Amino acid sequence: MVKKASEINERIPWRDMTTGCEIYEPGTSRLTKTGEWRSRTPKWIKDKCKQCVLCAPFCPDSAIPVCDGKREDFDFDHCKGCGICIKACPFNAIEWEDQ
Amino acid sequence: MSIRERLSGNEAIATAMRQIEPDVFAMFPITPSTEIPQYYASYVADGKVDTEFVCMESEHSALSACLGAEAAGCRAVTATSSAGLSYMNEILYVAGSMRLPVVIAVSCRALTGPININHDYSDSMAERDSGFIQLYGENNQEVYDNYLMAHRVAEHPDVRLPLMVCEDGFITSHAIENIELEEDAAVKAFVGTYEPEHYLLNVNEPLAAGPYGISAYYMEARVAQAEAMKRAKQVILDVSADFEKTFGRSYGLFESYMMDDAEVAMVIMGSSAGTAKACVDGLRSRGIKAGLIKVRVFRPFPGEEIAEALKNCRAVAVMDKSEGFSSCGGPLFAETASACINLDKRPKMIDVVFGLGGRDFTVKAADSVYSRLLDIASGGDIGPVYSHLGQREG
Repeated sequence: MVKKASEINERIPWRDMTTGCEIYEPGTSRLTKTGEWRSRTPKWIKDKCKQCVLCAPFCPDSAIPVCDGKREDFDFDHCKGCGICIKACPFNAIEWEDQ
Repeated sequence: MSIRERLSGNEAIATAMRQIEPDVFAMFPITPSTEIPQYYASYVADGKVDTEFVCMESEHSALSACLGAEAAGCRAVTATSSAGLSYMNEILYVAGSMRLPVVIAVSCRALTGPININHDYSDSMAERDSGFIQLYGENNQEVYDNYLMAHRVAEHPDVRLPLMVCEDGFITSHAIENIELEEDAAVKAFVGTYEPEHYLLNVNEPLAAGPYGISAYYMEARVAQAEAMKRAKQVILDVSADFEKTFGRSYGLFESYMMDDAEVAMVIMGSSAGTAKACVDGLRSRGIKAGLIKVRVFRPFPGEEIAEALKNCRAVAVMDKSEGFSSCGGPLFAETASACINLDKRPKMIDVVFGLGGRDFTVKAADSVYSRLLDIASGGDIGPVYSHLGQREG
């Protein structure tokens, strides 16, 4: 039976799946690129950004990385394009890419 | 040493629970299972058990709390009936797929409607595909014994599936009968402690339980679950063998009563089997080769074994105490008939739906079924394959 989350993939036979599909380690969402569900993409306009970092706690997917108190560009492996950050930004520093 | 007592089925189950002393009992009351948490609450109040007894706001929540507790690494139990079991429906499937060995005591009661509090199996049969192992008892003794075996079966590493211990509402749950109880220490030693390999409260191994399973994984998960249900059959037999060695009472997947040379037979479940056995005794005293199979384990269904037991009969009546509205027979008939489909020589088989909503089942009624079987066995017309027994016809 597979024990590591990194070994669970769409090619392993049923016998190798963990009982009840349990995952025996933390932080495994890094392995799952859920950003591919996204239909619209937000754009960070760095020049307008005041680094208030209000967007980061609003993001439901922790897809706005914050380093040393400053936000960086989106983690598009996990951003689902919900647009909540666009609403949360007081400085219009985030908008839809296709707008 | 066994202890001679006289208890209702509900008190027998509550006693078994007290002896096992689960970590968590999450409850919501519903007739006729209410007495089980009621008795248990008094054990908690009297300091006889060290169980976290949680009064929830619904059965859906009660089972959800049990699942949380089980995933955390605790042994968790609940009890319910009828609409309460139906209200658990969603979470029953979650228990099965998360492979959490929660044990539910079900005092089987008719589903509405018309609204009714009496016994049939419409509640438990409606959940036959939920992934629960289902054990049925004929009387309070069997229900107590099934409960003593339940956790060991459910928690076995080859199985890890939730389990229902089913008793007949009121008939078994409330009728007080003689019973042999086992000593607390002997029960604790037999059942053992719950030592799951993986659990949420293990600080050394962070665990994600019940993750999303997209179509690339769902089928594999279901196959694994189905295989576990198949393996449960052997585990039930092994635990039953150890139970017999320890306490002296013998159980299989079903009970064969006078089946060795039986030409006609009934397949039946629960307390009605006692009535039907009295009928078989009467027939046998007149030299009629009648027999009976009482199904103890409905999930996993012992299809091959039942087919083997029935193969030499000429006519068989499957007695369904729930109406499935399939228009061609109840759930026990569907299972039994399909189990026999590949026999080279198989008996004629009819389905008799009876006893719905607490309608009485008598020796005389059983006798009418055997009379029909004897007629079919001697070459008579099979008549309606699916019929009802005990209703007023006018």
